[in-house]
Amino acid sequence: MVGLLEDKDRIYTNIYGLEDWRLEAARKRGIWNGTDAMLAMTPEWICDQIKNSGLRGRGGAGFVTGLKWTFMPKQESERPHYLVVNADESEPGACKDREILRNEPHRLLEGCMVACRAMRAHDCFIYIRGEYVLERARLEAALVEAREAGLVGKGNKLGWDCEIRVTHGGGAYICGDEMALLESLEGKKGQPRLKPPFPAGSGVYGCPTTVNNVESISVTPEILRRGAGWFAGFGRPNNTGVKLFSASGHVNKPCVVEETMSIPMRQLIDEHFGGVRGGWGNLKAVIPGGVSMPVIPAHEAETALMDFDSLKELKSGLGTGTMIVIDNSADIVRAIARVAYFFKHESCGQCTPCREGTGWMWRVMERMVSGEAEPAEIDVLLDVASQVEGHTICALGDAAAWPIQGLFRHFRAEVEERIAHYRARKPHVQGATLAAE
Amino acid sequence: MSVRRLAQEQPTSFAFSPESLEQASWWIAKFPPGRQQSAVIALLWLVQKQEGWVPEPALHVVAGMLSMPVIRVLECVTFYTMFQLEPVGKTAHFQVCGTTPCMLRGSDELMAALKAEVGPKEHVSADGRFSWEEVECMGACSNAPMCAINDDYYEDLTGPALKAIIADFRAGKTPPPGSAIGRQGASPEGGPLVLKDPALYDGSRAQPIKTLPNAPEPA
Repeated sequence: MVGLLEDKDRIYTNIYGLEDWRLEAARKRGIWNGTDAMLAMTPEWICDQIKNSGLRGRGGAGFVTGLKWTFMPKQESERPHYLVVNADESEPGACKDREILRNEPHRLLEGCMVACRAMRAHDCFIYIRGEYVLERARLEAALVEAREAGLVGKGNKLGWDCEIRVTHGGGAYICGDEMALLESLEGKKGQPRLKPPFPAGSGVYGCPTTVNNVESISVTPEILRRGAGWFAGFGRPNNTGVKLFSASGHVNKPCVVEETMSIPMRQLIDEHFGGVRGGWGNLKAVIPGGVSMPVIPAHEAETALMDFDSLKELKSGLGTGTMIVIDNSADIVRAIARVAYFFKHESCGQCTPCREGTGWMWRVMERMVSGEAEPAEIDVLLDVASQVEGHTICALGDAAAWPIQGLFRHFRAEVEERIAHYRARKPHVQGATLAAE
Repeated sequence: MSVRRLAQEQPTSFAFSPESLEQASWWIAKFPPGRQQSAVIALLWLVQKQEGWVPEPALHVVAGMLSMPVIRVLECVTFYTMFQLEPVGKTAHFQVCGTTPCMLRGSDELMAALKAEVGPKEHVSADGRFSWEEVECMGACSNAPMCAINDDYYEDLTGPALKAIIADFRAGKTPPPGSAIGRQGASPEGGPLVLKDPALYDGSRAQPIKTLPNAPEPA
């Protein structure tokens, strides 16, 4: 068998799009099966089940999903409740939600219905990133099917009135932050709002709102169908369940695959992703979950488990579980400098440390790539990174600082050597060439 | 952040086509009454679909339709990088992802191919048909490197593969989007290693469920 997860336990049975995504085929694969029974349960029961399953948010932060749902008001009032599904997948490395959107749209819609029941919401928005044009069209088509079949909308057959609407963004990474997403959904530029008030108190249009990742929402019906114990049976305590993992970069067969949480990183790479290009010995580093997570070197990747706690011990994080593998042929300093450019490009410009800091860090990183820097600048860079980290409204400032901190934690010697060699190649003292001769 | 300004040369007027207008009202109807501003990104996208880019007069039209100040529309159009503020190639606009996962798998090669075939970055070619730019992550990292052409994703590219695609566009054809090496979606090269159990697809999962696990005892 490949990996740890058996086929019978897979939730996403059409993740590669080999089967039909339409309603009829989706029903045959078990989607929309028993949904009416789930919606007949109380919100408290649903939240308890999701809590017992140990499901932690799949968007990166890893907050317990069932607990998040209980923050919504217990009574419906004149202010409607909203569920907002965050399908603004833009972090470099992350490409798992796209597969759900285009190949398993009905699983997401069913999840929306269950989650809306759990938080007493009758309205749901799915916010897709603007570039996913085909994926949006497919989700809209699935929504039309579901509406015609009486599964979604007012007066549906399932017994919980809920309208689902698909909307889209405009190519801004920052809108993946829940507060920026709400601003964008209201038709403003996506600059994150301050918390508190938290979305459960005042979210979209000032109404109680919960924002969840696509993957977190899509797995909930299957958890209720098979039982919280089934889901909690995978992975280590506090890191339970099954999850989509993916690899990009220097592996032989990059792909997206569903596996159990806490699978050893090496097993995942070797068995599912065809191994590192040139063999495991050629591995230099792994970015475990989207570029905002700090890199870990090969010797740590050897023993790392793909879960929140194991990677946190290594001063990195699981993020979205979408790893970037870097082998010895790559210039890792340039790879991280490109990450710094990404964050410079995507900073929304609201908080000064991030707006100014990301650009400054990128410019210094570019000089580190060529070696045209002073050795002392490394410490200045790390000092600036620590001043950006934690001093901004949203987590983009942190996300911009972490990859740079990770690079110098493990590969500082490499940068220092580069700086030393640059000076050796290009003497900058007048007459130095003469003296050397 | 990225600095974005409106183009120097602007047309004098803009009007939605009847089809775009129909879609615009469909979008506005999605949102609660009084919250029509939520449709601003969608409407600007319709403008871009119609014109190929977003000219300044369109901002006034959109602002009028959504009863919002023009400055708020201007804020959106300059904030969201998906909107083209200057005309792009009429036949094809290439957007190469240059972010780390694509960079590691050879997006430099794609950009070199575009430079050779189309010309410098962010310039429309002399015949007005082609243009290209480097963009940030497009969310197809398992199929890196990739290039989005108009609305479609072309994945698993190499320099020569992209050159062949450019030649097809030049000849007036639209090559099929997706993986250049024949991968199905994000499955591994050579076919999936998992999801081989026929019981997943034979309908056994659609058997009615009598009671949900852990369901409370009926009172």
